[in-house]
Amino acid sequence: MSIAGYRRFYPGTQPNHLHPSYVSSLKRAPSKALVYLPHTLSEVTGPVLGAEFTDVKACDLTRQHSGAPLGERIIVSGRVLDENSRPLRNTLVEIWQANAAGRYLHKNDQHDAPLDPNFTGCGHALTDSEGRYRFVTVRPGEYPWGNHYNAWRPAHIHFSVFGPAFATRLVTQMYFPGDPLIPFDPIFNCTADEKARNRLISLFDWENTMPVHALGYRFDIVLSGREATPFENYSHGAGK
Amino acid sequence: MSLQATTWQTVGPFFSIGLTRLYRDNLAAPGVSGERVEVSGRILDGDGKPVPDGIIEIWQANAHGKYAHPEDVQDKPLEPGFTGYGRVPADDDGRFRFTTIKPGRVPGPDNKPQAPHLAISVFTRGLLRRLVTRLYFPDDPSNADDFALSLVEPSRRATLIAKKVEGRPGALEWNVILQGPNETVFFDA
Repeated sequence: MSIAGYRRFYPGTQPNHLHPSYVSSLKRAPSKALVYLPHTLSEVTGPVLGAEFTDVKACDLTRQHSGAPLGERIIVSGRVLDENSRPLRNTLVEIWQANAAGRYLHKNDQHDAPLDPNFTGCGHALTDSEGRYRFVTVRPGEYPWGNHYNAWRPAHIHFSVFGPAFATRLVTQMYFPGDPLIPFDPIFNCTADEKARNRLISLFDWENTMPVHALGYRFDIVLSGREATPFENYSHGAGK
Repeated sequence: MSLQATTWQTVGPFFSIGLTRLYRDNLAAPGVSGERVEVSGRILDGDGKPVPDGIIEIWQANAHGKYAHPEDVQDKPLEPGFTGYGRVPADDDGRFRFTTIKPGRVPGPDNKPQAPHLAISVFTRGLLRRLVTRLYFPDDPSNADDFALSLVEPSRRATLIAKKVEGRPGALEWNVILQGPNETVFFDA
């Protein structure tokens, strides 16, 4: 069995583990160089979490309780693609977020903002045959954190995506266009490449905005693409 | 290449809201064949302090050395009900626990079999992207010529090999040390 691995990240487009302005990285980032591991069957396979792991209702975060959550209802949608622009079908997308007041339903969130009995802040969905996902939720609030004096996180939604392999796993955060806190956020700024980090900012989306109901935001997610397989190289060489 | 992979961001401190649903600390349902092991360990930071806001994910083959994934075309049996996937959080003391079976050997470069191993992802607040490591099994003679272990300088290989717990058959201890002189080996994978 010959294995085509997945592409490694383009330099500068991913955060280093140590990013001193994000204080929590100081004692948690490894100090030794990572050991380069060629991909084997262990890395090009990965968990297959299909429909049996999915609740189709979980894509609407505004209907998980008896009443509607407070805040501005929004629709967040997009596609999960690989670097070759191929849609990634039936892949699990998990999200979590603060409520409209900027408070997480979590015992360690001590921010003095109200919880919302009608909002848990988690959802998941499988992408469809064209790699699309769609969530209905409320726009999360900004909130203060202890990283430095007067530190505030911009509004964001956490995304966890599997893709086809162990090597394609991604956890990231989606931001909102025009948020004035973005330029000051050490987590957003942890990636050197400006274009790469700006792709974390969703786009306002007229197409998915629903009249008299909810604004749309578009956030496409790209996972590592496949290296050419030995077979494909052979085909090119054979002039097929 | 027309697109670039999306940039990672930290899971932050509140990931349990979104990730608890798929917590799986027992990968081996009754009836799944293989030698059962119970792995326990702690995630520790550069000061040796426990990391309570961390989570690990496990990916592994079954006892025959076959992955439950369409790209594993080896002529080996699948195990009904065995996905090979686990996800476990650290507790307030940084400790995680899971039960699974020792996987069989899967092919590596040049089709040479690898030593039995678990592929592990580590996520914590403070980590801007995941850390990838592997867990190997103690006293397995195939560790000696495993290709991934051979990439690691000998003095650090022990960080990838779980230790037996005295007096408790099947119990293994394996810690994830994020930083420092005894830092776990992490892979660029």
